[in-house]
Amino acid sequence: MNTSKKLPMSRNTLLTLGAAVIGLVLLFVFDELFDRFTMQIFKLCAINIILALSLNLINGFTGLFSLGHAGFMAVGAYTCAILTMSPEQKEVNYVIQPIVPWLANVQFPFLPALLIGGLLAGLIGWLLGVISLRLRDDYLAIATLGFSEIIRVILTNAMTFTNGSLGLKGLARFTTMWWAWGSAILTTLFLVLLIKSSYGRAFKSIRDNEIAAESMGINVFGMKVLSFTISSFLAGIAGGLLAHYLTTIDPKQFIFLKTFDILLIVVLGGVGSITGSVVAAIVVTISMEALRFLDGPLNLGFMVTSGVPGLRMVFFSALLMVVVIYRQQGLMGKAEFSWDALSRIGLLPRRKSKSEKGGR
Amino acid sequence: MDFQTFLQQFVNALSLGSLYALIAIGYTMVYGILRLINFAHGDIFMVGGYLAFYGVSTFLMPWWMAVIVAIALTTVFGVGLERVAYRPLRDSPRISIMISAIGASFLLENLAIVLFNARPKAFPVPEFFARNFILGGVHIASVSLIIPLVTAVILAALLWIVHRTRVGMAMRAVSTDIEAARLMAIDVNRIVSITFAIGSALAAIGGILWALKYPRLEPLMGIMPGLKCFIAAVIGGIGSIGGAVLGGLLLGVIELMTVAFMPELTGYKDAFAFVLLIVVLLVKPTGLLGKNLGEKV
Repeated sequence: MNTSKKLPMSRNTLLTLGAAVIGLVLLFVFDELFDRFTMQIFKLCAINIILALSLNLINGFTGLFSLGHAGFMAVGAYTCAILTMSPEQKEVNYVIQPIVPWLANVQFPFLPALLIGGLLAGLIGWLLGVISLRLRDDYLAIATLGFSEIIRVILTNAMTFTNGSLGLKGLARFTTMWWAWGSAILTTLFLVLLIKSSYGRAFKSIRDNEIAAESMGINVFGMKVLSFTISSFLAGIAGGLLAHYLTTIDPKQFIFLKTFDILLIVVLGGVGSITGSVVAAIVVTISMEALRFLDGPLNLGFMVTSGVPGLRMVFFSALLMVVVIYRQQGLMGKAEFSWDALSRIGLLPRRKSKSEKGGR
Repeated sequence: MDFQTFLQQFVNALSLGSLYALIAIGYTMVYGILRLINFAHGDIFMVGGYLAFYGVSTFLMPWWMAVIVAIALTTVFGVGLERVAYRPLRDSPRISIMISAIGASFLLENLAIVLFNARPKAFPVPEFFARNFILGGVHIASVSLIIPLVTAVILAALLWIVHRTRVGMAMRAVSTDIEAARLMAIDVNRIVSITFAIGSALAAIGGILWALKYPRLEPLMGIMPGLKCFIAAVIGGIGSIGGAVLGGLLLGVIELMTVAFMPELTGYKDAFAFVLLIVVLLVKPTGLLGKNLGEKV
């Protein structure tokens, strides 16, 4: 038992580092190996991880039911897209009404544009939070849902800023695999650290019992606004990545259904589990693509149906309801992945228990 | 704007507002009893419209029979939905039941896309409803007169049920305190089912009237009216039937009048309701006629 103390790093740190190296190598291999279509899905997984984590921060860890995510994504996506477009592209895109002059000649590289998009989404989130976080539960849900609808209506109508319902086309394909997965990994790390910090504990205490949290001296309102702002910032970043992943954006993409997709991931993974959100984001994204065959003609053995568009989403909405009714905790509940948990279920060799080591 | 235009807009606003009111009542009753936003209410509204459409066009019923059958089937459907999607979660955290409601709403929308086809359908409007009157230069479609009338009759009937009958008394008891009501030997499940039956029937009537006013059926047609009518219920004070009617009328008037006075805002019409909601929640969160429900520690 002394040997383990003399090691410069504990077993868990070594395992984590090992996993990180393997992950990087895998990303590199995938980048070389996969064809373009598979790559696109793989990138979408990363973007959905960011979205699911940001929604989980507010819904799962702070216990505030927000349905405004599509709106924050839209803010991030449009800001980032408008800032990265070259003046010539803007001229081509804004055919009905030209863009406002002060934006016409602005062009930023991807990273600052992405960050500005995120910050703007965060700023709007902060404002909305200050306004609406005095509401509880269902009122908050409706107010945030209403907010995302307002954003969509503005995007459709503010022609000189957003080109209205025509959308923005021909955006540069900036979201490479490294950008997508880099942001996803950074977000995951940030969230793990945040949840472990005193802020994270404050968030969770608000979720578990707001009045008790307040009586323990936690600034409940401030913490709620903080959590909401961070969540909107992350959603804005994901929106920016999504814009340069799809290369075409229009207001219709950011309807409430988009929030529903993310909510599905969060609920399936477990409301309040980072691991759950990451795993569910990957599984749901891949199966959404894999189940595309449901929308096409089906061969049921005895008959061939003539393609029913929408059947795939029927499956996913039914799945959500079944999970909520029969397994509310989702995949992970509030549990997180840890190397110790793996050894507890026997997937890793057991290490000596802490009592043997004589405490920490 | 001259007086005649104003009058025309007012008639339009009145009929739209009454329609909002009708649907808002369904929200407010369910919320009053279960503290649940029935996200699927707008989709039940859509189902009602489609059932009436199929009654007339596929089963060739006379329109009055199609309407009755559609209302009856939608009512059964709404009660069934509560039993499957909401009842198992009644004692769960509110977030779970809300997620279930959202899931139900999406399931209905997607099922409608699969079953009814996403292509919009033209609702067959009987001649009786399509007739146009001209009163003092104001064009009035007969459906614009029928809608406020139907709403008024239903409002009166509901107020009578809630305040003068045993079932209504039980409803009020359940909405005040579900546990105490159970102790008083009130069959809570039955009352919830009755509430959903009334709410769904109103949604079906609303859906059919909506289809008569705007004769175009789409699987997603329930989303916007659904959200707006919930907002109308919140503005009026959720849980109060009179409040829902007031909120619905107010929303209809504000929407149409703003567009009439400021045509440049037409594109933003769908956002008014949400802006109004945020303002009301900030200034008077309990709504115009709502009671203050303090938080219990």
